Amino acid sequence: MATLNDYLLVSGLLFTIGFAGVLLRRNIIIIFMALELMLNAANLSLVGFSRFHVRAGLPDYNAQVLVFFIITVAAAEVAVGLAVIVALFRAKQTTHIEDLNSLKF
Amino acid sequence: MLFFGVMVIVNRSPVSSALSLVVCFLGLAALYISLDAFFLGVIQILVYAGAVMVLFLFIIMLLDLKAEQRRKFNLIPMFGGVVVIVLFVKVLLDVCYGFQGGNAVFPALHSDGHGDTWEVGMALFQQYKLPLQMIGALVVVATVGAVLLSKRELK
Repeated sequence: MATLNDYLLVSGLLFTIGFAGVLLRRNIIIIFMALELMLNAANLSLVGFSRFHVRAGLPDYNAQVLVFFIITVAAAEVAVGLAVIVALFRAKQTTHIEDLNSLKF
Repeated sequence: MLFFGVMVIVNRSPVSSALSLVVCFLGLAALYISLDAFFLGVIQILVYAGAVMVLFLFIIMLLDLKAEQRRKFNLIPMFGGVVVIVLFVKVLLDVCYGFQGGNAVFPALHSDGHGDTWEVGMALFQQYKLPLQMIGALVVVATVGAVLLSKRELK
């Protein structure tokens, strides 16, 4: 039987994978996908806590509503972020972040 | 699921990364369903594996990205990144194994006969009316912003 710790561990490892992607990859689209992975890791731990906090025989639905809001915000964020990436690609013809250094001090 | 999560960041070609991400999201949806969150599982498949991934693949094909060429690595940032990640995993393991409440097995559920979607809907439309409206406004703003950003030149 799976315990809460198992779900938290999977969620933490998923977050770590996303974190590694953001730190190590140099392609801006893949960095964006890794960001999505991190958001989903947070969602997984919230759903896990919701299931293990039972009140009157029901899971805690406040957490599930929060996850619903996070999914909505993440979808909006993806739309805007990809529009930014397309605009950036039009200006610079690259998605490699080391070529995007005009703000660098 | 974790394997495909690793494949997302290991693959060189963005298209195979995106397809691994789809499988990873499907695995997450299965985990939600195993946690009795049926509504969120379905939403995860529809929104992430459907809409968001189509958007990603569309952009990748629009920009016509090739597999990344092997460039010379900057060793110092790479090393720093690996160190940060190793420390992060260590903290994660410490927290998970030191957390006593985490050893609980599944508490029994006795549903009142309504089902998951009904409960989430009641919470959304009664307790969280105002946040729901704000999310609606946010989505409208994001749509307008995305359209504006993708115009060729601003008038």
